Amino acid sequence: QDTEPSLYTVKAVLILDNDGDRLYAKYYDDTYPTVKEQKAFEKNIFNKTHRTDSEIALLEGLTVVYKSNIDLFFYVIGSSHENELMLMAVLNCLFDSLSQMLRKNVERRALLENMEGLFLAVDEIVDGGVILESDPQQVVHRVALRGDDVPLTEQTVTQVLQSAKEQIKWSLLR
Amino acid sequence: MIKKFDKKDEESGKIAEFVLKQKVCFYLQARIFNETPINPRRCLHILTKIIYLLNQGEHFGTTEATEAFFAMTRLFQSNDQTLRRMCYLTIKEMANISEDVIIVTSSLTKDMTGKEDVYRGPAIRALCRITDTTMLQAIERYMKQAIVDKVPSVSSSALVSSLHMVKMSYDVVKRWVNEAQEAASSDNIMVQYHALGLLYHLRKNDRLAVTKMLNKFTKSGLKSPFAYCMLIRIASKLLDETEGGHDSPLFDFIESCLRNKNEMVVYEAASAIVHMPNCTARELAPAVSVLQLFCSSPKAALRYAAVRTLNKVAMKHPSAVTACNLDLENLITDSNRSIATLAITTLLKTGSESSVDRLMKQISSFVSEISDEFKVVVVQAISALCQKYPRKHSVMMNFLSNMLRDDGGFEYKRAIVDCIISIIEENPESKETGLAHLCEFIEDCEHTVLATKILHLLGKEGPRTPQPSKYIRFIFNRVVLESEAVRAAAVSALAKFGAQNDDLLPSVLVLLQRCMMDSDDEVRDRATFYMNVLQQKQKALNAAYIFNGLSVSIPGLEKSLHQYTLEPSEKPFDMKTVPLATAPITEQKTEIAPVATSKLPEKLAPSRQDIYQEQLAAIPEFQGLGPLFKSSEPVQLTEAETEYVVRCIKHTFAGHMVFQFDCTNTLNDQLLQKVPHFSYKTWSPRRPMRSYIWVIYASCLFAVSCTFSCTMKYLVRDCDPNTGEPDDDGYDDEYVLEDLEVTVADHIQKVLKPNFGAAWDEVGDEFEKEETFALASVRTLDEAVGNIISFLGMQPCERSDKVPENKNSHVLFLAGELMNISGIGAGKLALLKSQDRCSISSGYNHQDSSLHHMRIYQFNPIVLQSVAFGFLSERVNKIEICI
Repeated sequence: QDTEPSLYTVKAVLILDNDGDRLYAKYYDDTYPTVKEQKAFEKNIFNKTHRTDSEIALLEGLTVVYKSNIDLFFYVIGSSHENELMLMAVLNCLFDSLSQMLRKNVERRALLENMEGLFLAVDEIVDGGVILESDPQQVVHRVALRGDDVPLTEQTVTQVLQSAKEQIKWSLLR
Repeated sequence: MIKKFDKKDEESGKIAEFVLKQKVCFYLQARIFNETPINPRRCLHILTKIIYLLNQGEHFGTTEATEAFFAMTRLFQSNDQTLRRMCYLTIKEMANISEDVIIVTSSLTKDMTGKEDVYRGPAIRALCRITDTTMLQAIERYMKQAIVDKVPSVSSSALVSSLHMVKMSYDVVKRWVNEAQEAASSDNIMVQYHALGLLYHLRKNDRLAVTKMLNKFTKSGLKSPFAYCMLIRIASKLLDETEGGHDSPLFDFIESCLRNKNEMVVYEAASAIVHMPNCTARELAPAVSVLQLFCSSPKAALRYAAVRTLNKVAMKHPSAVTACNLDLENLITDSNRSIATLAITTLLKTGSESSVDRLMKQISSFVSEISDEFKVVVVQAISALCQKYPRKHSVMMNFLSNMLRDDGGFEYKRAIVDCIISIIEENPESKETGLAHLCEFIEDCEHTVLATKILHLLGKEGPRTPQPSKYIRFIFNRVVLESEAVRAAAVSALAKFGAQNDDLLPSVLVLLQRCMMDSDDEVRDRATFYMNVLQQKQKALNAAYIFNGLSVSIPGLEKSLHQYTLEPSEKPFDMKTVPLATAPITEQKTEIAPVATSKLPEKLAPSRQDIYQEQLAAIPEFQGLGPLFKSSEPVQLTEAETEYVVRCIKHTFAGHMVFQFDCTNTLNDQLLQKVPHFSYKTWSPRRPMRSYIWVIYASCLFAVSCTFSCTMKYLVRDCDPNTGEPDDDGYDDEYVLEDLEVTVADHIQKVLKPNFGAAWDEVGDEFEKEETFALASVRTLDEAVGNIISFLGMQPCERSDKVPENKNSHVLFLAGELMNISGIGAGKLALLKSQDRCSISSGYNHQDSSLHHMRIYQFNPIVLQSVAFGFLSERVNKIEICI
């Protein structure tokens, strides 16, 4: 186990839905270089973990820490030599940040409607496999997601019309 | 461009997802980027879509991506924060698929030096993602400023980006050490951690600098638990490299971290101590006791980490973990099955023989619920247990056979089969039950590799059991029901029964006759071949063609055949030119820990000797030497801790010998030149150099046993340890090495004979020779066996190198091939220990050589020749075998 001391801690961050489908996946090294291998790994992970809520497992020689909430499964993956508690710190930070950003409403639909928030949060937590931040307060602060929609008064008339048109269009398309 | 709806979406009609899942048509969508004024919401939406689709593994063409990328650059005009941040992300995601991403450099540089703190950190990270070494120099000034910026997110971003850049632009980033140093004293815990990481990466090749850095930080103390973990890792690596004693301040530092208030740090320290080589039980105790505390933590991850680490301790120091047995017992019922499994396997290692039955019962209650990885761990623990408590083998065997019946993947089944096979080998009395379980298993086995392995084992062991006939049915069933590979293996197994049991021969011949009608040619060929060999009813033929197969190296055979086809000749291909297979090293006991299963297909790894053969063949001077007969193990010609470390490998060829000297200069401040046989290359510090010396035997000799005295002569040029620049002038120097011995073993290649009896009979009675030798300086049978094997360099067969306990006599079977002599030599050595009961006590008399007799009572001339030549030469006294 003579591994070089390094800041590169996280091999992947995954979020799957309750069918095991990928909602978000970020791999930071070449353990699974192709999309096909990644999806196979995700399938395996999901099959081994979705029934038990046991927080940690060893799969394909990697340490996987995980957490589920309603219809979402969060995974942080590291080498089997990695300090499990470090990986846990990343997982907790990700979950708590999202929980704040989604106002405790951590479920599939809310997440899909706020994908940009998720992208930015993960970007603030892990950079290229290095843990960038572990404090959810800091992450939420840095993501600085704009609050609610821009108030109507601040929108131009064309913008209002545009968004109304869009909404009608979508409802027709359904 | 609307992609087909997912079924899920049709049902729930979720607009958000529907929008996300359409493939963006960049030409149409990117137009929105060009609208004036920019509509941040809609643009944001499109960027989100792009990233989402990339994330789903959707593929974008370069033109498409470049088009979108260029359109996106316009969005830098908007001041919407989220939009800007998403632009950075898009840049990072598209850096590899779009062309000319560097056009955004100036926009990013502006943001990284601007007033908006929210932009600065992410802009730095995006910029470093698209930059190269030349551009990095252009922004060097800004990077240095950013590293020491007082805003933590900016400083962290700069440090982490620098770390990523080290791989590509080490020389540039190296210049930022002072800034990183300053950042390391930041109050922010993440900045501290990142600065430490960067500093270490920049200095890791300079041990002195790392030591200084460790001293500084371990004294001043850090706030960040992450940084502490990093420090512990660096310290333990340094301890390992310098082989520093455990009284070193570094060890004290790691131990002091056991009292840190953060669990992450405490665990890292405990794990570091546990993984240190040669830790005494006393040094382990504090680490074990914190791990014990963690065992009762409410956090599953902490319990898992603790029990996994305790499991590691238990492998080397079971007694150190005994104190935790109670805590581990509580974990057996843990809802996390991984934790429960690790707890049980740890207990199996530390517990007493009496607790085995109870633990085994507990495992069987949940073994079906755990993942294959952990099932393998359980099997390995059982395997270790069988070695420890051989008397328990019947319990284990039952358990294993039950596991074999359950569902499971290949790795799992293979672990079980390997475990059963090793039990059979260790305990002869378990052979029949074990074989019966395996027979049952192959009745319904989907793994060809395992089925063939078991059939091979049945062929080897079955004929020697009291009732060989009962295995025939199982084997012949395979011929009827299975795939080609299994059928072929079954045919080979049948032939072995026929060759060894005369009363079964007629029925075996009938069965083989039927196999000759098989639809597969390999099966037919084997059946026909064995049929004909068996019908000759000659022991020598049976031995050569049925029991003991080819003993050549497979890669070597491939190479020789290839060579033969390249140079057409009238001569038939001569098997003698093929190098012998180096005897398979007895399977190493795999470490009992879940290991990463390699995803690469298993390939036949070339043996050590095949590698040497290749290296030597690459040297023009050695072209005509013919096949390499044997390469010795490396011999150290210096003490381990000297200025120059030299080791030698002896390569034996027919009529020649090549000595390969591998030398390492451990001095940083010297450059050695003109080392003889180094082709006047310079010998830089720390880089091993290789030289060869070629010796030709006098024509009358076929083998030599002698001593060479070795001296290394060279030109020394002192050099600056920092810059590595050597002085212009040097001086001649020499260094005396230890003597190099050429021994009997160098001329004998090990050959493995799976069926020794058959090989022995093959040689024939007329070569038998019986002599008695007394081994004066050997005290135990084990020692005698070890010495004889290493002296003769022959391969022990049929596990005869393991002396049963409390025995006074032992027969050792050795097989080997002597160079230049065709045919295989075999030696059967009967070792007798005298009946003198107090022999091992101090009253042992050197003059009285009656203590150990080595009675070579059967020997064929080849071996005798070599033994005699060994014994009679001067070396005898050195080896300390007296006649």
